[in-house]
Amino acid sequence: MSASPQAMTERTEIDAIDRQIIAATQGGLPLSRHPYHDIAEQLGLDVQQVLQRMQLMLDKGIIRRIGVIPNHYKLGYKSNGMSVWNIPDEKISAAGMKVGSLDFVSHCYQRPRFLPAWPYNLFAMVHGKTHDEVIAQVEQIARLLGEDNRGHEILFSTRILKKTGLRIG
Amino acid sequence: MILHSIDRQIINHLQGGFPLTESPWDELARQLDIPIDEIICRIERMTTEGVLSRFGPIYNAEKMGGGLTLAAMKVEPERFDEVTEIVNAFDEVAHNYARQHELNMWFVIATETPEKINEVIHKIEQQTGLEVFNMPKQEEYFLELKFEA
Repeated sequence: MSASPQAMTERTEIDAIDRQIIAATQGGLPLSRHPYHDIAEQLGLDVQQVLQRMQLMLDKGIIRRIGVIPNHYKLGYKSNGMSVWNIPDEKISAAGMKVGSLDFVSHCYQRPRFLPAWPYNLFAMVHGKTHDEVIAQVEQIARLLGEDNRGHEILFSTRILKKTGLRIG
Repeated sequence: MILHSIDRQIINHLQGGFPLTESPWDELARQLDIPIDEIICRIERMTTEGVLSRFGPIYNAEKMGGGLTLAAMKVEPERFDEVTEIVNAFDEVAHNYARQHELNMWFVIATETPEKINEVIHKIEQQTGLEVFNMPKQEEYFLELKFEA
């Protein structure tokens, strides 16, 4: 497994049939023996057409992956911290790749600074079973980055104020 | 939560790569050496129990043409509830978290088109009188987190 940067400017055309397939599957696949067949039937499409279109969306990155999504909280990963890092611009790509490939890091992104209030340009969400584990993992990142780290913080969430899924129409 | 080792095996094996074929379970049943009906039944139960939040494709909203950003605000403690109410009232605000920092409110804005992000931010600034720090991702160092079950 290796982390790779993905350009965010790239947008991909999807048509009305793709949108139908997205709308029918974004809440999940039916737990049946032939889930894609059931989706095809529901939409009045041919199963091969559904499979081809979904494969194309997978190839283009419109579908990230297909599988189960565990509830990390229920698996015991009860703590997460948003770690933020001040990395020299010319080092950001190498640093991002290093941090993004750690198995306890998800969502590793470069984001803009807002000087002087906000000097951080690399965000890495760190997940652990306890608060202390998250702190230890962030220290591990700091060691990994060495002198390329010009300062960092961990922002723990204190409250979920709103949480809804991202859905399209 | 205590999980049966077969459940763990299913979760660890199935976080990506569910086959895109007419009979996707055949291959999995062979790989895991578990009967199809048992795999389906276990996934169904884990979904009901909330161990799994979903089963199916994960879509990348931005590649579908939408806009997405992370935004943050500095909110005075005495205005926190009022501002939360204003921000949460926007359908485009998908997630919103209180965090321990001077920038103490962090939310994700998702819109149908990229152009609408700025509109929403402008409205939030107008309605709250506070500055919104717009922090869209510039680069993604992506590795799907696989949670060891």
